[in-house]
Amino acid sequence: MRDMLRYYLTGMKIAVVEQFQYPAANYFYMIGMIAEPVIYLVVWSTIAQAQGGAVGGYTPGQFAAYYIVWTLVRNMNIVFTPYGWEFLIRQGQLSASLLRPLHPIHGFISYFAGWKVVVIVLWLPLAAFLSLVFKPELHPTLLQVAVFAVAIWGAYLIRTMLSWLLGMVSFWTTRVSAIFELYFALELLLSGRLVPLSLMPLWVQQLAAYLPFKWAFQFPIEALVSPIPPAQLVAGLGMQVFWIVFSTLVMQVVWRIGVRRFTAVGG
Amino acid sequence: MPEREAGLGAALKSLVKRTMREVKAVDRISFEVGRGEVVGFLGPNGAGKTTTLKMLSGLLYPTSGEVGVLGRVPSRREREFLRQITLVMGNRNQLQWDLPALDSFDLNRAVYRLPEAEFKRTRDDFIELLELKDLVRKPVRNLSLGERMKMEIVGALLHRPGVLFLDEPTIGLDVTMQKRIRSFVAEYNRRYGATVLLTSHYMADVVALCKRVIVIHHGHILYDGDLSGLVERFSAYKTIGVTLAEADVDLSAYGEVMGKDGGRVTLRVPKAETPRATARLLAELPVDDLTIEDPPIEDVIERVFALEAPQEAGR
Repeated sequence: MRDMLRYYLTGMKIAVVEQFQYPAANYFYMIGMIAEPVIYLVVWSTIAQAQGGAVGGYTPGQFAAYYIVWTLVRNMNIVFTPYGWEFLIRQGQLSASLLRPLHPIHGFISYFAGWKVVVIVLWLPLAAFLSLVFKPELHPTLLQVAVFAVAIWGAYLIRTMLSWLLGMVSFWTTRVSAIFELYFALELLLSGRLVPLSLMPLWVQQLAAYLPFKWAFQFPIEALVSPIPPAQLVAGLGMQVFWIVFSTLVMQVVWRIGVRRFTAVGG
Repeated sequence: MPEREAGLGAALKSLVKRTMREVKAVDRISFEVGRGEVVGFLGPNGAGKTTTLKMLSGLLYPTSGEVGVLGRVPSRREREFLRQITLVMGNRNQLQWDLPALDSFDLNRAVYRLPEAEFKRTRDDFIELLELKDLVRKPVRNLSLGERMKMEIVGALLHRPGVLFLDEPTIGLDVTMQKRIRSFVAEYNRRYGATVLLTSHYMADVVALCKRVIVIHHGHILYDGDLSGLVERFSAYKTIGVTLAEADVDLSAYGEVMGKDGGRVTLRVPKAETPRATARLLAELPVDDLTIEDPPIEDVIERVFALEAPQEAGR
């Protein structure tokens, strides 16, 4: 356990050092990503004002809070993509990882976790700027802040495991982009990324509750911006733990079968 | 593997019916390598060398047959096994591109759970042996190909594996870098008694490091034995160097004239004809000096690789 912790800290340290070498690139990347939530925010704020000040219970200030926190959660959701898998397998790069006495997923989790530390640091001034412009209504309790701080990492782990699972399709076929696109479309609709799920039809909300996407996206945002009772906050964390454990178990089974099938490409 | 003819028609046809062809990358190969041995694994491109190394390191599951390394089945890739081996591929980069190699070494320390003091001692030793002291703080992307390869080797050996699979570790490097890497591998083998299986297209690597070679071709083992025996077995010619007291003598009646350098003539003679040709030269001409040599190893290997059909040979 201590060795594993040391490995994670070393992996994260390397990512932090590497990413801080390119602060401008990281910043421009994050600024580029702001366009999406700002469009959603402007559209929904306009609708809310047209409907007498609120839509689906969200005022423009609440929308502002939702979409500003959205920018951080979206960044926490950026993990090693399934497209990267295609590259790893086609180029035979996965072979090197397979020869280390450690499951390759640890390398990816620790590296991207380190990157997230950089992202959070860079996000703070960005969030301050967006708050000055859009004036969010945000009054979280201490518990909400604490749950949010944990939930963004839960979201990161869920998204990592799902992305890893999806990427492993590459063990069977190397042209998997179409499957990925379908998955991302579902995720966009059912995670709360496009629009808060409470604005979606009831059946969509019910469906989303049984799928992992919401717990990797909307839950951490709502944990901070909505007035959620403590019991629901804890239950939300419980759902995150469930999806992390479940996807890890599925990942292990698929990994074993996939690796057996894997024949190192190239060389 | 899937295959089809070129063109749109064939592409459309392959949508309905895919043609698969079974290819045996290696077929009934069998060999044993003792602890501490350095063995050259030779063969032309596509002969099955890398496939064999991948099976031995656990990256490929053989469809049939048995592979054992250090008493374990490599394809199970048990942690204890992986801690004792390394596979270095000359064309693959495993270091963090944007960071100094020291950071990647540190990550390897964590991966292999190396005690701090032992790690530092090994690292500094290797850095000194490969003369990398001024380079370990430079980002890997700024290193030359040869410098990067030396760093790769340090990174791959920090856990002091007992078995090294080196797949063309000197590919694309200049002669000086090749020499440096060769002498490092030899030193590593001497210090730690490591077993080394090396593939290389540079015969200088093989001559410098390997007493024993295994030649693989078309997925079969053609030869397994001493390097000197390889020349004996596959060379059909000997080279006779003659220095005559008289210049401008035509020696074409004694063998194929390969070259003239001042008064010295080099002849290529079929192996069986060598004693008779030598006797005739000495009896019929005013010979000042005469040497009989095997042809260069490169020529022998070229001849082996050019063989069409595989022929079985044992050790």
